[in-house]
Amino acid sequence: MKKFEYFDVTADIGFYAFGKNLNEAFENAGLAMFNIISNTDNIDKIKSIDFEITSEDNVSLLYDYLEELLFYHEVEFMLFSEFSVQISQVDDAYYLKAIIKGEDINWDKHERNCEIKAITFHQMEVDISDVVSLKAIVDL
Amino acid sequence: MTIKDEIKKIRDNVYEVPGSYNKKMRASGRLYIDDESFDALEEGAVQQIVNVACLPGIFRYSIAMPDIHFGYGFPIGGVAAFSMRNGIVSPGGVGFDINCGVRLIKSNLRQEDIQDHLDELVDALFKNIPSGVGSKGKVKLSGNDINDVLDYGAEWAVENGYGWDEDLEVLEENGRIKAADSSEVSDKAKKRGIPQLGSLGSGNHFLEIQVVDEIYNEEVAKIYGLEKGMIVIMVHTGSRGCGHQVCSDYLRLMDKAYKNYKIDIADRQLACAPLDSKEAQSYLKAMYAAANYAWANRQMITHWIRESFEEVLGKSARDMDMQIVYDVAHNIAKEETHDFKGNDMEVLVHRKGATRAFGPGREEVPLKYREVGQPVLIPGTMGTASYVLHGTQTAMEETFGSTAHGAGRILSRSQAKKDYKPEDIVNNMESNGIKIKATSKNVIAEEAPGAYKDVDSVVRVSDSTGIAKLVAKVKPLAVTKG
Repeated sequence: MKKFEYFDVTADIGFYAFGKNLNEAFENAGLAMFNIISNTDNIDKIKSIDFEITSEDNVSLLYDYLEELLFYHEVEFMLFSEFSVQISQVDDAYYLKAIIKGEDINWDKHERNCEIKAITFHQMEVDISDVVSLKAIVDL
Repeated sequence: MTIKDEIKKIRDNVYEVPGSYNKKMRASGRLYIDDESFDALEEGAVQQIVNVACLPGIFRYSIAMPDIHFGYGFPIGGVAAFSMRNGIVSPGGVGFDINCGVRLIKSNLRQEDIQDHLDELVDALFKNIPSGVGSKGKVKLSGNDINDVLDYGAEWAVENGYGWDEDLEVLEENGRIKAADSSEVSDKAKKRGIPQLGSLGSGNHFLEIQVVDEIYNEEVAKIYGLEKGMIVIMVHTGSRGCGHQVCSDYLRLMDKAYKNYKIDIADRQLACAPLDSKEAQSYLKAMYAAANYAWANRQMITHWIRESFEEVLGKSARDMDMQIVYDVAHNIAKEETHDFKGNDMEVLVHRKGATRAFGPGREEVPLKYREVGQPVLIPGTMGTASYVLHGTQTAMEETFGSTAHGAGRILSRSQAKKDYKPEDIVNNMESNGIKIKATSKNVIAEEAPGAYKDVDSVVRVSDSTGIAKLVAKVKPLAVTKG
């Protein structure tokens, strides 16, 4: 199974991320995102950050999760290449716990591609069947 | 039958989507577009014009500018005014990059004065003004500074040594919307804003050294201080991660609000709240604060542009007469008064990828330009011409004083990378006498001029329909990209 794939959007870029369960699909969405910004093969896993979020449904959870990744990228001035995600559902809420690993940005070492401005809700999907497939479009 | 078959041509380059097209429409749609662009226009963008026309309190028309294209929720190149009495505000109607805008700086330099120094100038600008993905500003904000930036905008910048007092007179809103309130901006947005203040960003944002190539209206050009052969500098950037986060925060909040207020919307990204609600008032104050951040950002960049020219040419910026011509916001919503059948109407005008084009006599226009209307700055794409226009009475009557904002993408980034090689673009530009410096090769291919709609046609439609009239054409000599 592919981890993720991109699709064209005129002004921006979209991706699908896949996984055998929700956790793995979210982890691969992290990879899809940081391969837009840089190349995750060259990002060493030196520092780690963990965060937790709670959202009202699984699409909002995906949005909030990707937003959180963007936030740590910009504020900590880091790139990430490893994502471990644990999602649980409690009553009506979705709860996510993540540990992400990466290193400080060094543009002499890291490939410099695109800046992601924001995550959009446009066509955002969380499709849970035999495999989990996520769809997102980011604003560049 | 498709939605485009329902559209009627009203006059040359103006089309209407009748309010009868969809029974939820509360206003009709208007498109300022030429026949060629109309034929190429995506159905989705027209549907978005209709979706906006269905929102509560929309006043007169949901309007598409000549550079209309598909956006998220609201189209890009869209203008919509909502009654302050029973209308709404939507973060999607402003966009992620709050107060993305354009600034033009003039000089008394001629091309021959800088031709031999162009490489040094580009290097100095590139060094002094951080750009590109993951670029940090070079200013260390301390303690409460970020709140001052958000509350005072360009005023904060000038007070802290970035630029001249008189700069403020020629910025839209004088570089500060007073209704802004930093306490409505989340800590997350502030944290994203702190390291990025004073940086250009990436994508279609740029800084260009240009020369005035053609004057279409001598009288107005003279009032704007522009003449043929003059060196000018154009900056295109916005509120960086700070504004993006404000938009995201409030999209999430409005996502809950519209359900509570039982507003019927066609797309989640049209999420909105009634103007008299707590959510709407918070968003407006936060959005204005992000707009102030953008004005501070462009003000700091202006200061470093002046320093770069001083450093290379060995003269003071004052001696080079490096004054600001004007600064426009093209992603914003503002409370304005517009005349309708002899009555003053209070409305909130959303301009998402649209430039204010206020005509003669409006008190919002700086005194020295008031007689002829405000300058309108429409940037082209990398390596192509940009334009200066002036606002008109026609715009006041038809488009809430608004016109187009730029070119608008037609090719995706990956398609652009397939179609264009960065080396060819650089060679092509250099053979036209244009220098370019970018943080990555990818951005050069992605931003290839061929990936965008022709800005000339966008400007032509503005001019021919009268919603902004041509004053001058400027062409690039050197470009720096993020």
